[in-house]
Amino acid sequence: MLGVILLQTLRIAVPYLFAASGGVLAERAGIVSLALEGFMLGGAFGATLGAYYSGSAWVGLAAGIGAGLLLGAIHALACVRFGANQIVAGVALNLMVVGLTRFFLRLAFGSSSNSPRVPGFGGEGTAGALATLADPPLWLGLALMVVMALGVLRTRFGLRVRAVGEKPEAAESLGVGVAGVRWTAVVASGGLAALGGCWLALDQHQFTDQMTAGRGFIALAAVIFGRWEPVRAGIACLLFAFAEALQIQVQGTNVIPSQFVTMIPYVLTLVALAGLVGRSTPPAALGRSDG
Amino acid sequence: MSPRTRRAIEEGLLPTLAALLVALVAGDLLILSYGQAPGAVWRLMLDGTWGNAYGIGQVLYKATTLAFTGLAVAVGLRAGLFNIGAESQLAAGGFAAALMGLALPPALGPWVAVPLCLAAAAVGGGMVGLVPGLLRARFGAHEVIATIMLNFVVLAFLNWCMASGGLSVPETLHTRAIPHASVPRLASFLEAFHGSAANLVLLVAIATAVATGWFLFRTRQGYELRAVGLQPEAAENAGIRVPRTWLIAMVASGAIAGLGGTNFVLGYKQYFEDGFTGGAGFLGIAVALVGRNHPLGVVLAALFFATLSQGGLAIHALVPKQMVEVLEGVVILAVAMSVPAVRALLRARPRAAAPAAAPVAAEG
Repeated sequence: MLGVILLQTLRIAVPYLFAASGGVLAERAGIVSLALEGFMLGGAFGATLGAYYSGSAWVGLAAGIGAGLLLGAIHALACVRFGANQIVAGVALNLMVVGLTRFFLRLAFGSSSNSPRVPGFGGEGTAGALATLADPPLWLGLALMVVMALGVLRTRFGLRVRAVGEKPEAAESLGVGVAGVRWTAVVASGGLAALGGCWLALDQHQFTDQMTAGRGFIALAAVIFGRWEPVRAGIACLLFAFAEALQIQVQGTNVIPSQFVTMIPYVLTLVALAGLVGRSTPPAALGRSDG
Repeated sequence: MSPRTRRAIEEGLLPTLAALLVALVAGDLLILSYGQAPGAVWRLMLDGTWGNAYGIGQVLYKATTLAFTGLAVAVGLRAGLFNIGAESQLAAGGFAAALMGLALPPALGPWVAVPLCLAAAAVGGGMVGLVPGLLRARFGAHEVIATIMLNFVVLAFLNWCMASGGLSVPETLHTRAIPHASVPRLASFLEAFHGSAANLVLLVAIATAVATGWFLFRTRQGYELRAVGLQPEAAENAGIRVPRTWLIAMVASGAIAGLGGTNFVLGYKQYFEDGFTGGAGFLGIAVALVGRNHPLGVVLAALFFATLSQGGLAIHALVPKQMVEVLEGVVILAVAMSVPAVRALLRARPRAAAPAAAPVAAEG
């Protein structure tokens, strides 16, 4: 029982881990990450198209990441090049991706709800939880989070990301190209979040309309709950996923209505915002379009 | 026309025009990818919206909800607060109106029941706005994150109420009907509107727009609100209580969005249904942005986005209606990108020696 729950937790956590690592990167560079949801959905759709037309899950993965990088570039173009309000740009991008995936779902597959079955990783969507352990993306996701945690923010590039997110003027005066660092961070966050979407689509072997279902916002919640630190954000992802796995187990037994379990990540984040579990301070330049 | 007014109008209109051009091109590409002729599709969209009374009625109905959510977002932005929670405030307002309707004895009649339901809707939405307002005023928590998180919490709660709370008609996700609190449809005065959902909540929307304009530009409280939105530190130094102003702005914003719920609940279906908002709250962000946070602009922008959304249904025979969702996103993105660019362009011109542009808070 507990083993099943833990495996479920890991499996649910993978897309969160990918998206949250993208979120940490972009937000630490000072760009608000409301578009994680759109990046994920775009990634899921790109992966489905790629896998469908090539017959290979790996090509699908590449196509999904490509879609995410492209969406990240659009977000960067709006926020970094044109200095658009980052919140508005994120909301617009999410809306646009929902529309685009629905439009091209009709165009490519003549359906308004889902794609046909495509090659993917692992067995059927609900097959034995143990099979999850054999999925390459699971290990990729965990490894990525560890790399993000221990590596990226401590490298030369990571230091620049943090400088740009905290004090862009100071970074600029030291010769760091603020725009360049932000472009890299936002485009990479698009690719990372899209990986989470790829996992969803390739794990379920198909794309369904709005299949990310708010996961991008849960990832964002994890970033904030984790105080913009990769390790803490990763732990928050696992915590939120654990609550979901628990809910799947108690479904049917009617112990707690599923809607209340759904609320857990959001309520915890609200509590964290109120400073009840330690102060949650965002990067100083987050959301500023100047600098 | 003073140079200042002219600049304000230019700064307001140019980004929208640029966005329309971009949207037109994006729309053409989507239509062509579907193997249809753009001209025919655009004509069909116009015919299906402004070409007949039913279409106009549907546009007016959709614009009514969008005017409320757009005004809600605009009031927040004027105070420098980004309310992403209009979606759940709208839902909570509709829910509160329906609860009030269910609680009132049918014998009261619409002249008593409707005002009480309107008040309930404002209170319901205002309560949802109160939470991020308090978090911001008391703890300095960022309202964007708070409102997003609260959206999920409130919508999940309402879903639970309808799915298992015993409030809904069995086998459905809506409440019992409240015919005694119904607001008449336009069709009951003008036969031509027959079948369309447009109703007199439209007048409430117009009144709310006028009241919002009066509040923002003619009252002391509204002046303080705009001052806080422009320069919180300066406002603080001038003796304005900034946290209190934030709280007022968020509650007012939530209350206005909540009122919007009555368009569906009192004017259209006479019941609350889970998921009736359908993204109108999020579209309110677009409406406020394109309407430049001015009540008149918001009303016009609401008509524009309502036309797009009704137009999607009109063209569905030729091109999937999802095309308009893409266009909505494109318009918002293009406006957001061109606002700073247009401002820079206008300021770079020699005429920029004229007095500073009209203050517009937290423009996007």
